[in-house]
Amino acid sequence: MEKIYTRPNALNKSVSGYCPGCMHSTITKITAQVIDELGIGERTVCVLPVGCGTLGALYWNLDMVISAHGRAPAVATGVKRVSPDSVVFTYQGDGDLASIGLSEIMHAANRGENYTVLFINNSIYGMTGGQMAPTTLVGQKTTTTPGGRNPDTDGFPMKMAELIAQLTSPVYVARFAVNTPAYINKAKEGIRKAFQNQLDGKGFSLVEILSNCPTTWGMSPIDTLSYINDNTLAEFPLGVFKDREEEQS
Amino acid sequence: MEQIFMKGCEAIAETAIRAGCRFFAGYPITPQNEMPEYMSRALPRVGGTFVQGESEVASVNMVYGAAAAGTLAMTSSSSPGISLKSEGISHLAGARLPSLIVNVMRAGPGMGTIQPAQNDYFQASKASGHGGFRTITFVPGTLQEAVDLTYLAFEYAVRDHNPVILAPDGFIGAIMEPVTLPDFKEIPETPDWAAIGYGKRGHINLIKSGGATEAEQQEINESAAKLYERWTREDVMVEAYHTEDAEYVFAAYGTSGRICKSAVDELRDRGIKAGLIRPITISPFPYNAFKNLDDTRVKYIIDVEMAIPAQMIEDVKMGVEGKIPIETVLSSGGNIIRTSDIIQKTEALVKEG
Ligand SMILES: Cc1ncc(C[n+]2csc(CCOP(=O)(O)OP(=O)(O)O)c2C)c(N)n1
Repeated sequence: MEKIYTRPNALNKSVSGYCPGCMHSTITKITAQVIDELGIGERTVCVLPVGCGTLGALYWNLDMVISAHGRAPAVATGVKRVSPDSVVFTYQGDGDLASIGLSEIMHAANRGENYTVLFINNSIYGMTGGQMAPTTLVGQKTTTTPGGRNPDTDGFPMKMAELIAQLTSPVYVARFAVNTPAYINKAKEGIRKAFQNQLDGKGFSLVEILSNCPTTWGMSPIDTLSYINDNTLAEFPLGVFKDREEEQS
Repeated sequence: MEQIFMKGCEAIAETAIRAGCRFFAGYPITPQNEMPEYMSRALPRVGGTFVQGESEVASVNMVYGAAAAGTLAMTSSSSPGISLKSEGISHLAGARLPSLIVNVMRAGPGMGTIQPAQNDYFQASKASGHGGFRTITFVPGTLQEAVDLTYLAFEYAVRDHNPVILAPDGFIGAIMEPVTLPDFKEIPETPDWAAIGYGKRGHINLIKSGGATEAEQQEINESAAKLYERWTREDVMVEAYHTEDAEYVFAAYGTSGRICKSAVDELRDRGIKAGLIRPITISPFPYNAFKNLDDTRVKYIIDVEMAIPAQMIEDVKMGVEGKIPIETVLSSGGNIIRTSDIIQKTEALVKEG
């Protein structure tokens, strides 16, 4: 019989410790599939963040560097500059990338570093127990916005893909979701493109993926799917915000 | 060998390249701008990489990445910038990544002034970041010594898998002196622990600065503690100048040390038996040099620092164990210690008897 579905080689055999229903698992899996399909596992370096994504250290079957909170783009810069044949990607949450690491991501993007950024936006700080993130929706309750995010004092959700797409250097900036099978397929194609650009030496690609956090959102995993549909997508529209290839053609 | 006339910061940068450094990231701050500027010109010529980071935080984390990928890497800054780098220095020490951090010290705290000082002694020798790690910390007193110590720093970084700190005060960074530069080292193969992709290795490499469990973290700390212990036995560097018969012994490093040397010579011309203990490593600190002083002969130790309040004095006290009285001659704010102040102080002590 022909095997048509199997665990990607870019992941090891450990059982995932992500919370049940957490989309980190889905995003990790499709990224691992892309790495397998491109045949780049043996030269890939995954630069991990501080956040739930750090757990990836237990699952990726890849060389890895764990960075300080928010600094993954700077660390990846160091890795890629001295080892240009390595395929380098960062895997960062929204607290990591959009808050404490805002400076690092903006400047890495602006330098046009030739690596791939996967930005997992679940609108909350998962690892530390559900505090407000820069991406928390207006009115969303978190442990530090008990009355809901109030834009008068907390500002509005930061749209990182749109911000980074304003810069001249990045070659590909897009936002995807993974709350339906069709969206998952599209997200996977976006991730593939973001890696292919690096392999082609084109420069900086960032793929933002809307994610969930059933545990800190206080919802069943299934309810997070419709929540994303009804609320997250309204604030964070899906789409390609920058594609150097299309601009040129 | 040929001697060249060089500025401190540039001599350190050139030596780093000769020692095998192929990655530099830094952020502008006076008085060390000549170092990144030199690197931006010189590194690309040898196939190395210079990146002007968007901040000290980013720069030191770039060094973390380059070091994780197995390349000898360094960053430099001055006092306020080193505070920002302390996050990354701690991570470098936690992950045990070979690297060099240069702190061309200026006056502090806070913004301080851009002039030379030795206000970062505690930070450079004991706590360059959170978590209770140590580095070997060199404090050169001449440019030739800065050159030699920079070369040695990379050897120690590789030997120990640990960051090394070179902490010249701003005076050493800025002056020009003739130096003999070391030969270019061959660039070694990428080490097998580096994260560049597992390739044909058969296992993955994970670079991380923390333990996955309490037990692993304690093991990491214990193994680091063993290394730090070994330094105290094997790697202490100190210059003793005319201490054999000295009755007045200065304790001073870096620029204060070289000024004290002139003071020793002048005092001896005046018939006063002065000497100098000049730490070259402040971590590990040369406690024994002080412990071994003959307290029946030495009347005073005079701690001379460009820092108010004095900082190294704490270590001097630990070495002296209360057996010899300690006096101070201090300046700060960017004021260089004057030889005349040191001489006056010593002569006053002599008069007191
Ligand atoms: C310097 C520093 N500050 C704070 C923390 C604590 N911390 C750990 S994870 C995290 C937030 C992670 O949230 P996010 O990046 O959104 O990722 P998620 O866990 O939601 O996937 C914080 C604040 C830390 N480890 N280091």
